[in-house]
Amino acid sequence: MAHTVPTKQMTTSEMGLAIVAAVFALFALVVAAKAHTPEYAFHAAIFAIAAGASVFAIANRYFDRPAMLPPQEIDGRPNYNMGPVKFATLASLFWGIAGFTVGLVIALQLAWPALNLGLPWTSFGRLRPLHTSAVIFAFGGNVLLATSFYVVQRTSRVRLAGDLAPWFVVLGYNLFIVVAGTGYVLGITQGKEYAEPEWYADLFLTVVWVVYLLVFLATLMKRKEPHIYVANWFYLAFIVTIAVLHLGNNATVPVSVFSPKSYIVWAGVQDAMVQWWYGHNAVGFFLTAGFLAIMYYFIPKRANRPVYSYRLSIIHFWALIFLYIWAGPHHLHYTALPDWAQTLGMTFSVMLWMPSWGGMINGLMTLSGAWDKLRTDPVLRMMVVSVAFYGMSTFEGPLMSVKAVNSLSHYTDWTIGHVHSGALGWVGYVSFGAIYCLVPWLWNRREMYSLRLVNWHFWISTLGIVLYISAMWVSGILQGLMWRAYTALGFLEYSFIETVEAMHPFYVIRALGGLLFLAGALIMVVNVWRTIAGAGEAASEPAAIPALVPAE
Amino acid sequence: MTTERGETHDHSVDPVTGTTTTGHVWDGISELNTPLPRWWLWTFYLTIVWSVAYWIVYPAWPLAQGYTKGLFGWQSREAIVTDLAALQAQRAAFGGRLAEAPLADVAKDEQLFAFARAQGKAAFGDNCAPCHGAGGGGGKGFPNLNDDDWLWGGKLEDIQTTIRHGIRWTADDQTRIGTMPAFGRDGVLKRPEVNAVASYVRTLSGLQPAAGADLALGAKVYSDNCAACHGDKGEGKQELGSPNLSDPIWLYGSDVVAIADGVWNGRGQAMPAWSGRLDETTIKALTVYVHSLGGGAR
Repeated sequence: MAHTVPTKQMTTSEMGLAIVAAVFALFALVVAAKAHTPEYAFHAAIFAIAAGASVFAIANRYFDRPAMLPPQEIDGRPNYNMGPVKFATLASLFWGIAGFTVGLVIALQLAWPALNLGLPWTSFGRLRPLHTSAVIFAFGGNVLLATSFYVVQRTSRVRLAGDLAPWFVVLGYNLFIVVAGTGYVLGITQGKEYAEPEWYADLFLTVVWVVYLLVFLATLMKRKEPHIYVANWFYLAFIVTIAVLHLGNNATVPVSVFSPKSYIVWAGVQDAMVQWWYGHNAVGFFLTAGFLAIMYYFIPKRANRPVYSYRLSIIHFWALIFLYIWAGPHHLHYTALPDWAQTLGMTFSVMLWMPSWGGMINGLMTLSGAWDKLRTDPVLRMMVVSVAFYGMSTFEGPLMSVKAVNSLSHYTDWTIGHVHSGALGWVGYVSFGAIYCLVPWLWNRREMYSLRLVNWHFWISTLGIVLYISAMWVSGILQGLMWRAYTALGFLEYSFIETVEAMHPFYVIRALGGLLFLAGALIMVVNVWRTIAGAGEAASEPAAIPALVPAE
Repeated sequence: MTTERGETHDHSVDPVTGTTTTGHVWDGISELNTPLPRWWLWTFYLTIVWSVAYWIVYPAWPLAQGYTKGLFGWQSREAIVTDLAALQAQRAAFGGRLAEAPLADVAKDEQLFAFARAQGKAAFGDNCAPCHGAGGGGGKGFPNLNDDDWLWGGKLEDIQTTIRHGIRWTADDQTRIGTMPAFGRDGVLKRPEVNAVASYVRTLSGLQPAAGADLALGAKVYSDNCAACHGDKGEGKQELGSPNLSDPIWLYGSDVVAIADGVWNGRGQAMPAWSGRLDETTIKALTVYVHSLGGGAR
């Protein structure tokens, strides 16, 4: 290309973000100095350090980079931006191991309460949200960030929109995770399940999330494909709805800018209703819609087969997102919630059964003509088993939402078992499958370092999941039956403490299942590390996927 | 045909399934024109029909004022009232008699006694077991209710009073009060005196004193400070709640260190008053149940 060498100039976004970050760093320092509690001062200091480091990183990048920003295309091919994707992929592995480990710890605490150690920081009450947030938002969230940024580029045939924005999204999101997680351990919580972070972390996440939405939308806007691929519909539904849910459920008034404490604007049963509108749709749009997007790209790609039914994908997408948003009240059966709301929550959950299964049918039937690959490709097998678990838990969910069933299952371990068949089986496995696909593609390797290790991961963790969910089914139903058992004279047959005693063996089995699941994930980490290190890669072999041009 | 964004409409046929594709390809992924599976669609319709039927029968949709009540006006609040009434009816045969019967007469009627024990066991499990153990076996600082060693008396009336008003439960003005003073911490006794009396107290129940213990000093300290409440031979006084020191039952342990700790720092475990939290009939049932555990006194 014959043009004059342009002079290097700071872009508006570099300049703007650096100024905003510098001002924010100073502001955070003031808050840290005047904070009401040392824990909050610690968080303000984390924000100050992160903002200061951002200024430094932006300046550093400016001095190192060539005058021109990375081009949109090189030789007519999209110059994909895979840096943020790689970061989020590795972050998901880190948080996955952390989240599974904390899950194992709290499972052991339930079996042997002495493991609470008598310390506030290690008590079940603080570690439980650490576990749920680490696996859902840290592990799952990073998988969603990585895959959405990968898939939207590849299926739109354009480079990710924005220069600094994608990095702000992945780094900002992980900063939010650090603030949220350390907050739980230090005792900062607003006490809303799956929405425990306090107002300042919520506000920061809102900014990050809006930028995420803008990056995703802007990338779709400049796509080179005539239509938007189905995976991107699901990603978009996930991003938009999570933003709405997050704002609705975190409508709080802080005590002061110097205090971590805030008060929610909703009161009483309305607060409970908003909480479970949020909570259920965190499942529906974060853990279902988002991960269906992963399925819609990675299964056809890995199986090298067309998606089974375009029509089914349209119908089940719209049915799913329309119906899911109504289902929250089924978390509040037989409570102060009005009967009519309980009815709607239950019936919409039942109507949700087939729309959910549409995704399962499209996932499984895409394998038509490629079933033989399940014997030889453990990565594909992992993803297909994940779809089977998805089908199982999306049948179990509507079943448990029926009031008669719920009167037995509610507040018991059955719920925990149900959640984990979805979380370990569906979300976990489809994520592992996507990571096993992504890592060789991102780091230009022919295949994972060892498919045998993938196979080991698959079988060890499958055993773990089966132990986990069957223990919780038995324990939950036993618990529910013991709670409702009456003697012939009309008195409760068992005291609460007797039901707790009866749970013990199942809690031990559950912890063993969790240990196996964690062991499988550790095998995956070793495998990913060896793959990135290039072990077992013959130097002469060409990469299966066209080499990606480094972004920066 | 090719559009601005490179759109092509190549409805090629997938050789495996024989189905046409939609003609769109994204990163190598195409989509088949498979129609909706019939069973899927009909099951979906069925769940919708079922839901609509459910809305007609049960309360379902909010209106500007109120909500649709459903065909039979079913309400969960009424359902629980009905359930509770059914439970009351099941208990009614004996429940009324238990409420009426004098405490001493409950055990005379075998069926009423069985009923009171059943109600007492259920109430015990949910209210008393956290401290006294599921079987009333107790623990360190929490008395065993299966033996005949009673701090405040083991007759039916004694047990009933303890349950009603608690022990050292200052919110109840009829609570049982009796305090083991902190002789050491409050400067009444010196360390050697506390150690000596701890060893002496062991000898009251036939246990070995600590090696080299000054039992003469211990005996003097005991008669000067302890005998007033615990009795000359350590037999205890139930009207003061002072434990019997001459039997082999020890609430906080029988070793010299545990006894010396009690003398030095005092003891004063509280038990809540249950009057007001439990109704009188439940307290009566609890009284009969605890009394019947094995150690009830006549």
